[in-house]
Amino acid sequence: MFTHTRTAALAAASLALTACSAIGSDSGASSDSTDAGSAGGTVVLVTHDSFAVDKKLMADFERESGLTVKTRAPGDAGTLVNQLVLTKDSPLGDVVFGIDNSFASRALGAGVLQPYASPQTPERADELAVDDSDRLTPVDYGDVCINVDRGWFADRDVPEPQTLEDLTDPTYKDLLVVTNPATSSPGLSFLLATVGAFGEDGWRDYWAALRDNGVKVSDSWSDAYFVDFSGSQGKGPRPIVLSYASSPPAEAGPKAAKAPTRALLETCFRQVEYAGVIDGADNPEGAQQLIDFMLSTRFQETIPTTMYMYPVDEQAELPPAWARFGPLSEQPFEVSVEQIDANRREWIEQWTATVIG
Amino acid sequence: MDRHGHWLTRGGLALAAALPAAFLAIFFVWPVSSIIARGVLVDGTVDLGGFAETLGNSRTLRVIGQTLAQSVVGTTLAVLLGLPGAYLLYRCRFPGRGAVRALVTVPFVLPTVVVGVAFRSLLVDGGPLAFLGADGTFGAVVAALVFFNYAVVVRTVGAMWAHLDPRAEQAARALGASPARAFLEITLPALAPAIASAASLVFLFCATAFGTVLILGGPAYGTVETEIWVQTTQFLDLRTAAVLSTVQLLVVTASLVVSGWSRRRRETALQIQTDTDTAHRVRRADLPAVLVTTLAVLGLLAPLASLLAGSLRTPTGVGLDNFANLATTGSGASAGDGLGSGLEVSVWQAALNSLRIAVDATWIAMLVGVLICLLVSRRPRRPAARRLLGAFDAAFMLPLGVSAVTVGFGFLITLDRPPLDLRSSAVLVPIAQAVVAVPLVIRTLLPVLRSVDQRLREAAAVLGAGPVTVFAAVDLPVLGRSLGLAVGFAFAVSLGEFGATSFLARPDRPTLPVVIFRLIGRPGADNLGMALAASVVLATITTVVIGLAERLRVQSAGAEL
Repeated sequence: MFTHTRTAALAAASLALTACSAIGSDSGASSDSTDAGSAGGTVVLVTHDSFAVDKKLMADFERESGLTVKTRAPGDAGTLVNQLVLTKDSPLGDVVFGIDNSFASRALGAGVLQPYASPQTPERADELAVDDSDRLTPVDYGDVCINVDRGWFADRDVPEPQTLEDLTDPTYKDLLVVTNPATSSPGLSFLLATVGAFGEDGWRDYWAALRDNGVKVSDSWSDAYFVDFSGSQGKGPRPIVLSYASSPPAEAGPKAAKAPTRALLETCFRQVEYAGVIDGADNPEGAQQLIDFMLSTRFQETIPTTMYMYPVDEQAELPPAWARFGPLSEQPFEVSVEQIDANRREWIEQWTATVIG
Repeated sequence: MDRHGHWLTRGGLALAAALPAAFLAIFFVWPVSSIIARGVLVDGTVDLGGFAETLGNSRTLRVIGQTLAQSVVGTTLAVLLGLPGAYLLYRCRFPGRGAVRALVTVPFVLPTVVVGVAFRSLLVDGGPLAFLGADGTFGAVVAALVFFNYAVVVRTVGAMWAHLDPRAEQAARALGASPARAFLEITLPALAPAIASAASLVFLFCATAFGTVLILGGPAYGTVETEIWVQTTQFLDLRTAAVLSTVQLLVVTASLVVSGWSRRRRETALQIQTDTDTAHRVRRADLPAVLVTTLAVLGLLAPLASLLAGSLRTPTGVGLDNFANLATTGSGASAGDGLGSGLEVSVWQAALNSLRIAVDATWIAMLVGVLICLLVSRRPRRPAARRLLGAFDAAFMLPLGVSAVTVGFGFLITLDRPPLDLRSSAVLVPIAQAVVAVPLVIRTLLPVLRSVDQRLREAAAVLGAGPVTVFAAVDLPVLGRSLGLAVGFAFAVSLGEFGATSFLARPDRPTLPVVIFRLIGRPGADNLGMALAASVVLATITTVVIGLAERLRVQSAGAEL
């Protein structure tokens, strides 16, 4: 009897769970209703898995424009571009955000985007543009730089390294951790920084010197930063890590007078993230409106908080901690998008042969 | 049996076969073969040059070798450690058994990136286990694989062991056999099908492990799975990816053939105990099992404890701040300083999403899985029919052995047009998870169902029972006892699934593992703390759900067999 009661209770519980099934509730969710009572219709934004937007801001945009925005995020920036290329004949959506300079050339070459010159485009965007075809609009940017744990060096009275060359100095033996360029986007950026710094002929020698100086390669940024790096909450063994110019403000916390970590601004590679209207979009007007919105000052000001990148709009105010602890490099290393696309694979393979063996 | 009943049975079986077959064809075979075809077909002609090129590369061969080595060693260790665990947790009775059963399942659902970080924090220089010198070694990779898969062995074998009639072994003992001999000659052969099932599952999980291997092994430990990911998502080299996917399919198929063969050799109708009470109190003779299992559970607990400790660590000491933050979409108080976590929903909301999706994935997986089990547990007399059923069974195991990237990209280029434009549909996430959960449902239920003596069904039929009555009177009671285990397993798979989900997830409705992945990808103590706290929440939900599912039993009038 007891068992039967219990069975009944469990059956009731499972029924209750079934009631909250996702399939069942799908049609009722606001993000899926195709008709928001407006002429604008639906616009599908395809982006990478680090995309985020302030919910209230997006709701305001939807109300003002009459559009319903659906977001799809199939993976990292590489996955995003490759999926766009593969679905050229049956586009994944109307507008894309998050193509970066290391994959821009592939997206342009495959012809998955159509031109759109937004009236909102700020001046700085011209410097960051890939070409003058107006197919990729810069939305935000940031620097991938070596970070150091300041306390570690202060405690030991060792000067902090400053340049890429310093990292091969025996003073810094076994202190650096970077990430694998084959599997991690900052890893690829740092490989590109060294190509920019030492040229196509010199970068492998540099990496051989880093290898001999005990560089550790971790697989992902999380792994390197939270396990190996001494300046994060993980309190690992190595005081020099590959990260971003925007990482020190995050370590400083809201009220700190100074940041415990610092980005070495002479070691940086600039990442630019672009948006574009997808060729064959069902709703190209909606796509254009969404790009205008992403360039608006109110959206631009939320970018540091939501995506840890810097707004392209110079009018957008930076959070105080960013202004204090997160300066960008004045002279990041550069490699052209065409060169990156043509050599990515070869460089990664050569890097693997040099560093991993 | 009269003609009418015969046709009814036939019709029922055809229906039972059609639904799962269609499910597998649409959501697995079609997408995977399409994406492989893209890599192999050039302008309509088959180009096999990629095979010679890729397989001629010494790095590819090394990667294949590494994949096999870690899978074989990982599987062997998981089985050796898991058997005593299955015995202790499903055949013995002791206080807190339910809690331990649920606890050992927790690693199975945790996101690999979090476990990788928890594991490496122990092994890294200065960590509590640094003296092992295991950071970035083959040993660390294998330890992590065992960590994730221990539960698979314990549960799959345990489900069988719990219902094994102890009297045969008792008789052997009474006739003077030593405990070891009685175990080796009576119990082990009876368990062989379940062990083979578990081993093949673990092998597939190990062979396709992705995050674990990358994080713990470092870049030197490439596997076929990681290579497919790089070739597909970074290089868009579908030609090379197709070769590697084919290699993966071949390895998986070979492993299924081996396990199917060893299973069939051993599979016989067993004396199944009807009441669930085959368990006895822990005896002195159980000491070795107790010792091994205690060690194994401690091994599982170490990374979990590291995780829990991390979730309680705050910038100022120890506290529940990270858990309090779960209700926000980031470091709420400091958002003005640009220190957000970039979440669109709170972790609790994501947990709710995960639960809802898991409910759907579970019922889909159970429906498909039970149908397959009913069909495959038949023992037709014709060898050809038997082989066909064997192949049918094996086909549903394939999704575990094929890269989530291959399936995800396959979805993208196949399910993209009406009437099956499911790319943006919310239905696809639970379906993709169910595809992964179905093999676990089958492997949990099938050994039990197969052990039912076919003569029972025939006897029932002779006595005038129709096929439905036979099912209700013979199969259902046996199935019912393991149903809870299978439900719990399917639910756990869905809660923890990341690979396929991450390709299909929607930022406005992410699952818990997706949110955790996101949090741990951001700098700042709060984000790491929240990621770890969210993992603790995921672990807790899993423990509770599995604990509840284990109590679930289908009662039926025909329970007295």
